[in-house]
Amino acid sequence: MSAPTDKTLLQVEGLRTVFETRDGTVCAVDGVDVIVERGECLGVVGESGSGKSVTFNSVMGLVRSPGRIEAGRIMFEGRDLRALNQTEMRAVRGRDIAMTMQDAMTALNPALTVGEQIAEMLEAHDKGLPSGRNARRRAIRAHSVKMLGLVGIASPETRLGQYPHEFSGGMRQRIMIAIALASMPKLLIADEPTTALDVTIQAQVLELITDTRAKLGMSVVLITHDLGVVAEHCDRVMVMYAGQVVEQGRTADVIMRPKHPYTKGLLGSLPRLSLRGQRIEPIEGQVPELIDLPAQCRFYSRCRERGPECLKNIEMRDAGNGQTARCVRVQKELAT
Amino acid sequence: MTANRDSGPLLSVEGVSKTYRSGRRLADRLTGRPETFVQAVNNVSFGIERGEIMGLIGESGCGKSTLGRTILRLHEPTAGRVTFDGTDLGALPDAEMKAMRRRMQIIFQDPYASLNPRRTVAEIVGLPLQLHGLATGRGALREKTAEILEKVGLKSMHLDRYPHQFSGGQRQRIGIARALVSHPEFIVCDEPVSALDVSIQAQIIQLLTDLKQEMGLTYLFISHDISVIGYLSDRVAVMYLGEIVELGSVETVLANPRHPYTQSLMSAVPEVDRPGHRSRVRLTGDLPSPLAPPPGCKFHTRCPLAIDICRQKAPVAESVGPGHTAACHRLHENLSLLEQEAS
Repeated sequence: MSAPTDKTLLQVEGLRTVFETRDGTVCAVDGVDVIVERGECLGVVGESGSGKSVTFNSVMGLVRSPGRIEAGRIMFEGRDLRALNQTEMRAVRGRDIAMTMQDAMTALNPALTVGEQIAEMLEAHDKGLPSGRNARRRAIRAHSVKMLGLVGIASPETRLGQYPHEFSGGMRQRIMIAIALASMPKLLIADEPTTALDVTIQAQVLELITDTRAKLGMSVVLITHDLGVVAEHCDRVMVMYAGQVVEQGRTADVIMRPKHPYTKGLLGSLPRLSLRGQRIEPIEGQVPELIDLPAQCRFYSRCRERGPECLKNIEMRDAGNGQTARCVRVQKELAT
Repeated sequence: MTANRDSGPLLSVEGVSKTYRSGRRLADRLTGRPETFVQAVNNVSFGIERGEIMGLIGESGCGKSTLGRTILRLHEPTAGRVTFDGTDLGALPDAEMKAMRRRMQIIFQDPYASLNPRRTVAEIVGLPLQLHGLATGRGALREKTAEILEKVGLKSMHLDRYPHQFSGGQRQRIGIARALVSHPEFIVCDEPVSALDVSIQAQIIQLLTDLKQEMGLTYLFISHDISVIGYLSDRVAVMYLGEIVELGSVETVLANPRHPYTQSLMSAVPEVDRPGHRSRVRLTGDLPSPLAPPPGCKFHTRCPLAIDICRQKAPVAESVGPGHTAACHRLHENLSLLEQEAS
């Protein structure tokens, strides 16, 4: 991972988040480093259980018992978020860093109108709202109308008074984005924003995120399992497997020249029209249980390139061009 | 089996429609509000040849699952006819339909909801054998069940386990074993991989294509994922709001989509190969409610090419090439959303 610069907005180092279960301690996130630069879009790819959501729930301070952050630093604009108390964290959450959840139906409050939910956000993170009661209400309403318009909802004035169930799935996802964007955050974490949506609606929502990123100059972390989405919308990508980052780099580099066997396997698993008639090469086996993992490469049991040298803890290795991968076979290439 | 039967398509669907009565509340009934209907499938016709994989693609709520189930007579069609191997399924008495089900099976989308959590794998997979009297005696039953488990990549030691002891991918293998154990000829695969992670999805797709070769199967493969359909089907039918808007071989439809909906669907799929190289067709709005479908062409509310006639008259499917049909009023103008935006 490249060193932080003054362009760095978020830097996570050595994050370790564990969950206590009856069967033992599950290490969902194990030594994860993340850097998000100002204005960039970072894609986070991985399968279920790879730790991608837990990593960013940790950043947001949303990990609840029986889970806890065991180690690591989470630096946002030079402040360690882990050192903040509840009140201070609440001020960061929503105002500086906003997050949208995968399932908009359960994330929105069904008993409040959409307008009330946007207003709640604005009230909580009061950014220069007028103090008079009526003026304040008018300002909030005007801003809410603007936000709904921004996310492409027609006749926002009427829509503000409606409840989440009166909207379709794509609309609800957009409302959640509107709420997240209402306080003009510096970082938007979008957790699987389009997984529950149809492709034509998915395209609309992703374009909305990309457009507002450009307009507001914010950074975006896009958590997804879809490499196609990453290829089209992210500047850099981070691939996670079994609680660790196994590869990261510029999107084009990682997709065109993947270094880690898991990334190669993922790309090779994608059914594509261009591969008709050829066999796809699935990755055999399944993700290991995250309890009492042996000190070896976590992908070992499924890897086609495994050897005795993989039976130890593997560090991230530099592959050149800012691309790194957690594999003993990775060698630095000359910059191209 | 007569020679005549062998030559025709294995399955043929003619003018099939399925309408559901929409829930009417007590208040609606008391005030005499008229009943409303949901037209889930509207006048659909196509055939599937022996050994073919027919892909059925569309967004959620377009009626593709309903169509799959109506074909198997899991739902009775409101109109139209489904013929399987020369037999009109709608005319079959219940007992004969039950026997016919041995030959036509379904694999469901959700590997969690589609397996009974209180039954062991042996009971789940062995049930079709018992129902159709294909195995007599406990020993034979277990042996045949174990045999099919091996085929789908599970082991006989899994026989006495319960579904919760398996991962999602393994559960889907159990669902596949259950569908295959009676040695059917035709299988409706209803989004069998969309609930699975990418690497597991690839395993199941490979398994389904291998099994098709090995057991000489014919599939109706329902999916919302163009990449999956493009990879494995021979022909594809594109569905929108209960109707098939375009139908043809995968090569022609995906390389030269003629219906504006197919074009926008193709352009919306993000691909890793050529990011940003395709023109984007921006569809506005959501799928209209099937309770109140728009008049005329059902796609006109979202179609960038819609003109007056599209709002008034429903288009009829016409031939646009060998085995390739599409239903659009403006086919002959040779408009393409894809080229238009690129230029």
